[in-house]
Amino acid sequence: MGKHVLLIEDEPNIIEAIRFILARDGWRVDTHSDGRTALQAVQARAPDVVILDVMLPGRSGFDILKDIRALPGLSGLPVLMLTAKGQSKDREMAERLGASRFMTKPFSNTEVLASVRELVEP
Amino acid sequence: MPRSALTGTRIRERRAFLGLRQAELARRVGISPSYLNLIEHNRRRIGGKLLVEIARELEVEASQLTQGAGAALIETLRLAAADHQAAAEELDRVEEFAGRFPGWAQLLADGQRRISDMERTVEMLTDRMTHDPFLSASLHEVLSTVTAIRSTAAILAETDDIDPDWQRRFHRNIGDDSQRLAEGAQALVAYLDDSSDDAQIRSSPQEEVEAWLRAQDYHVAALERGLPPSLDSIIAAAPDLTSAPARDIARAYLTRYRQDAEHMPLAAFAEEVRAVGAEPGHLARRFGVDAAAVFRRLAALPSDMAPGPVGLAVCDGSGTLTFRKPVEGFALPRFGAACPLWPLYQALSRPMAPLRAVVETAGRVSQRFVTYALCQPSGAAGFDGPPVLEAAMLILPDDPDAAPGVPVQPVGTSCRICPRRDCIARREPSILSDGF
Repeated sequence: MGKHVLLIEDEPNIIEAIRFILARDGWRVDTHSDGRTALQAVQARAPDVVILDVMLPGRSGFDILKDIRALPGLSGLPVLMLTAKGQSKDREMAERLGASRFMTKPFSNTEVLASVRELVEP
Repeated sequence: MPRSALTGTRIRERRAFLGLRQAELARRVGISPSYLNLIEHNRRRIGGKLLVEIARELEVEASQLTQGAGAALIETLRLAAADHQAAAEELDRVEEFAGRFPGWAQLLADGQRRISDMERTVEMLTDRMTHDPFLSASLHEVLSTVTAIRSTAAILAETDDIDPDWQRRFHRNIGDDSQRLAEGAQALVAYLDDSSDDAQIRSSPQEEVEAWLRAQDYHVAALERGLPPSLDSIIAAAPDLTSAPARDIARAYLTRYRQDAEHMPLAAFAEEVRAVGAEPGHLARRFGVDAAAVFRRLAALPSDMAPGPVGLAVCDGSGTLTFRKPVEGFALPRFGAACPLWPLYQALSRPMAPLRAVVETAGRVSQRFVTYALCQPSGAAGFDGPPVLEAAMLILPDDPDAAPGVPVQPVGTSCRICPRRDCIARREPSILSDGF
């Protein structure tokens, strides 16, 4: 069984595309779409890496990241943040809250795959 | 400094028109031909007595030699040079430049105007991008759909051995997303098209009311009569007020307007302003009203009765601007919060204490204004209810005599489009200082 990635994203066709690329690369991919319960999903599924969208229904990805970093045992969990807002303030916010990587939409499949690989096997 | 904008060129043209030789004109006005030559080629400034004498010899008014389109060109070039150190150091040669190279000067001036227009557009659009929820959500939707299409298309293009079921699935996804993208883009274009005219995007009832008032220069002539028509008939005759909330806001505005007009009849009020000036404290005592009512009355004066351009900003206790009458040089933001250094907000923190402040706006060309601000209860909340406050700020042209010795307070419009660096009140980075 390959490494485990949890994709927290609410856009069904983005989920499907990312899931396909990562699965072909040998990853086990779980998905979650609701911001309000995303933190519990991270705790319950204990992934090796999280891909986290910023704009989620119910709760922002920034808030979820903040909670992840505050939890014992998850402070070092690799988190790749995705956002449609490429403004410098969003990037700064992601860095300040402890994001491992930050990627703006539209991204390429190769970039996502390379980033996830590097986060788990730096 | 004399503003002889291309005066030399005009002198040369006029002299040639009259068939007068350069040496002859120089002799008549008592200067050397070489000096007149320098003047005519805009390499020496001219003003005062010499200008009057030359004008007399050329049989024109001196003003005909110094005013006109050339002045506008020079002014635009000065503006272009203001932010450029090397050009600013050569500012005293601007007329020579415009005279010797009129084509290049016009090109530079046109470029400057185009840059200014584009900066205003960028400010407006960025302001909207930041604060307009519909636009922000629409752009996010479009970007997300583009991402889905791009990822899916890349899979189809780059995966040689893709399972037929997955292939069909991804084809279907691309089809769905393409449709969604088309609809989203059309909605976005329609939204922006609707709002592109007049550069005024009426996205709220308040903006409908402001557009309606702006169209009549904030003066409701019908309410100035002794027996005014009903408010409903005025509102019914206003096609700009398309929504019910806008008509409600307009009704509240007109009710107050009528009260102000009754307490401060137009003719008497305008005469008092003409005779003693626009100092709100004096006018409030003279008509037995509070200063905020005077602010509103001054802002509603017809331009031929007003003491110059009059602006007015009103906010509620949350700081939200509920009324905006901007003046040239002092913009009031259409979305989001304004500059926290405005006297309007200082008044909000000190209810019932009138404030007067001279403010200097940020921007390429700063301008000063005298502002008067006051905060007071806006409704009867009773002894047990929360205080409901309203603050108003009157914006008048700067007048050193009106506010002698008052320190100048630098202000902006809103942080997002304010170029002031190191401002103690800054909430967020500026797109201008970031070099957007």
